[in-house]
Amino acid sequence: MEDNKPQLFKVTVDGIEVEVEPGTTILQAARKIGPEVAPPAMCYYQPLKGSGGKCRACLVRVAAGSAKDPRPMPKLVASCITPVQDGMVVENTTNQQVIDARNGIVEFLLINHPLDCPVCDQAGECDLQNFAFDHGKATTRYEEDRRTFEKHDIGPYIQLHMTRCILCYRCVYTADQITNKRVHGVLGRGDAAEIGTYIEKAIDNDFSGNVIDVCPVGALTDKTYRFKNRVWFTKPVDAHRDCPTCSGKVTLWYRGEEVIRVTARKNEWNEVTEFICNTCRFDQKKTSDWVIEGPTKISRSSVISANKYRADTIKPDFGKRLAAATYKPIDDKRDTSQLDIQQLPPERFAKTLPSALDKEP
Amino acid sequence: MATKILTEHINVPGIETFDVYRKQGGYTAVEKAFKTMTPEEVVEEVKKSGVRGRGGAGFPMGMKWSFLAKPEGVPRYLVCNADESEPGTFKDHYLMKTIPHLLIEGMIISSYALGANKSFIYVRGELMYVIHILEKAIAEAKAKGFLGKNILGTGYDLELVVQPGGGAYICGEETALLESLEGKRGNPRNKPPFPAVKGLYQCPTVVNNVESIATTSWIVNHGGEAYAAIGIGRSTGTKLISASGHINKPGVYEIELGVPVEDFIYADEWCGGIRPGHKLKAVVAGGSSVPILPANLILNLANGEKRLMTYESLSDGGFQTGTMLGSGGFIVMDETSCIVRNTWNFARFYHHESCGQCSPCREGTGWMEKVLHRIEYGHGHRQDIDLLVDVAKKIEGNTICPLGDAAAWPVASAIRHFRDEFEWHITNPQEATQPGAVYRGEMALV
Ligand SMILES: Cc1cc2nc3c(=O)[nH]c(=O)nc-3n(C[C@H](O)[C@H](O)[C@H](O)COP(=O)(O)O)c2cc1C
Ligand code: SF4
Ligand code: SF4
Ligand code: FES
Repeated sequence: MEDNKPQLFKVTVDGIEVEVEPGTTILQAARKIGPEVAPPAMCYYQPLKGSGGKCRACLVRVAAGSAKDPRPMPKLVASCITPVQDGMVVENTTNQQVIDARNGIVEFLLINHPLDCPVCDQAGECDLQNFAFDHGKATTRYEEDRRTFEKHDIGPYIQLHMTRCILCYRCVYTADQITNKRVHGVLGRGDAAEIGTYIEKAIDNDFSGNVIDVCPVGALTDKTYRFKNRVWFTKPVDAHRDCPTCSGKVTLWYRGEEVIRVTARKNEWNEVTEFICNTCRFDQKKTSDWVIEGPTKISRSSVISANKYRADTIKPDFGKRLAAATYKPIDDKRDTSQLDIQQLPPERFAKTLPSALDKEP
Repeated sequence: MATKILTEHINVPGIETFDVYRKQGGYTAVEKAFKTMTPEEVVEEVKKSGVRGRGGAGFPMGMKWSFLAKPEGVPRYLVCNADESEPGTFKDHYLMKTIPHLLIEGMIISSYALGANKSFIYVRGELMYVIHILEKAIAEAKAKGFLGKNILGTGYDLELVVQPGGGAYICGEETALLESLEGKRGNPRNKPPFPAVKGLYQCPTVVNNVESIATTSWIVNHGGEAYAAIGIGRSTGTKLISASGHINKPGVYEIELGVPVEDFIYADEWCGGIRPGHKLKAVVAGGSSVPILPANLILNLANGEKRLMTYESLSDGGFQTGTMLGSGGFIVMDETSCIVRNTWNFARFYHHESCGQCSPCREGTGWMEKVLHRIEYGHGHRQDIDLLVDVAKKIEGNTICPLGDAAAWPVASAIRHFRDEFEWHITNPQEATQPGAVYRGEMALV
């Protein structure tokens, strides 16, 4: 071990081996293998320090702790915060206990969720929708009252719809780490806990808008975009501008010729790595404000982009007939095959996610 | 006469003052430790004593101490957990208010052993008067040279800080306690890292319960082996039991571990039996978090042998037929107690006290409470019972801190042992919701 290069750890996830640097978490190791074995993450957000460990969506079983100590770990562990050991063997999609636990997590996250997707701006790009589709059941066992909160405007641009919040704390870390003055945090305890801006103070801060992008659900939404359109009818285009405050790299969301929303760019794990300032997000809504790069490639999976709402792909027992009556197959304009992507560097599209169709036997 | 380690002098008038405590042999352990022992030797004695953490988990204290990381140039901290909020547990409160110097002396010895120069006592906020008692005791000890700079001329400095909590049960969980002590929201941390490596202000920290720390003066005075000679097997020494419920003599009792449960309930020395004219129905043996057991199983093991008040005997049979010693909150119920109502009450507590960080506990505790409430008030369905079992199972083991387990176990165990009673509530709502109505069906009362 005279070598200065750090020795790589060998980790096996669902039977697939991968080599990663010491200190890597199980989740990151699994992501390195690919989306098929990457555990879902509802609270972990790689760019935000300290995030993760809360939602328990990413629980996995460690069947062997390491080569040195191959004993299994007694409980399921949160893969987003558990570092790998050399020789670790992890079971994610292959373990019934994990699948059951995840099933439970979806159920827990949904019991107090309003399920108002039809009127929610996040629908179509919502982590909870995707998670529930992949791991949830079509029926509910919950018949009690759901907790509710009043809607709050926090500042002129952001609306908090606390009833939809899953308390992932991402927005708290964002306010803490990205903005320069945090007036935003969690108040109260248990299922009465709520995101609050202390004494209803407006968040006025150059980077406050990023809480909208990190929010996995529709709890924090862009007031300049509210109810303007459904995300699957809009056309995302990568663009940039010379911005004195931030990187200026954004995604513009078009309806026809009109820019109806500006967001930061998200990677295939639905994470923003370059946060943008409020000027770019809220004030620059003309095509002439931007240098257009080309259509955004949505490489991440979502219930919409993977065409999961197509009636013939709905798996659960409840609803083939209902689905057939209610949903029409969606002609997704963002499908790569229909986009002109030649002018963009090819490495940006290295991976295309399998759609739900591929998974069907 | 049974050995009393913590409560021997508790009835001496004026024992809360330094002078009286000193006259009863107080602070001799500090002198002995500082003048004749190295910190390592103190740790060694505590290890030999086999004393286990009295806050609930029962982790061997000496072993915890030896895990403390000791990097150069980084301070180490000792934090005493005096947040005691577990329903049914009130021993630390009693100890601190009656004989505060026992804790102070224990803190000095433990801090010395761990090399901590600033130590904290985190007291639940509701106990303001106890905080005043402790602060007064600290001032006295400081005036007599047992705290502060250069204690007893050894060159060792120690400052003791009493910190009131905000009255949240979750702040009794050690990492939530540390967050709270740092001035933050009391959310438990993900582990690892454990406090022994990264605790208070990211420095190595030991967190121990009041009772655990209070044993150290006796251990230093009499030696670890003498302590280990008391008790049975790996349950060494004495334990404070907070006895409450339908017994003749509720109160805090110091017992030698190993007393048969039956004797503890019926002997005049302790609980003095079930109140006249009534029979034993169930016991929650270690604070609200541990599984409830029906009369026959708390008195006897599944194989018919007598159950003893030890960590091992109480947990004999796993969760099928056993429970846990926990923090020693011994709640006794006679046949007038409604198990459904009691379980709902516990569930309500955990729902209220969940910090809300992780989804299974935040959502699951509320769900269980609501379903139990429905059953108790005559609106239950048959499938609710299995639903409760399933929700409890999905919380258990999947959370950040053990509060999730603590919420799941009482519900799961009540249904395991008293399923008939739940069913009776569901099938006879008219009868079950009469004021004072209790299930009188077939069950083993003793
Ligand atoms: C929800 C929860 C509440 C707790 N409350 C207390 C408490 O009030 N007092 C206590 O000493 N330990 C409490 N504990 C246990 C502590 O986390 C910790 O294990 C203990 O303080 C360690 O001390 P010991 O080893 O001396 O028992 C609690 C644990 C949990 C999960
Ligand atoms: S508002 Fe959104 S980002 Fe913030 S905690 Fe709730 S779900 Fe997470
Ligand atoms: S188990 Fe409950 S109390 Fe513990 S961290 Fe999770 S939500 Fe908080
Ligand atoms: S993503 Fe790991 S616990 Fe939420």
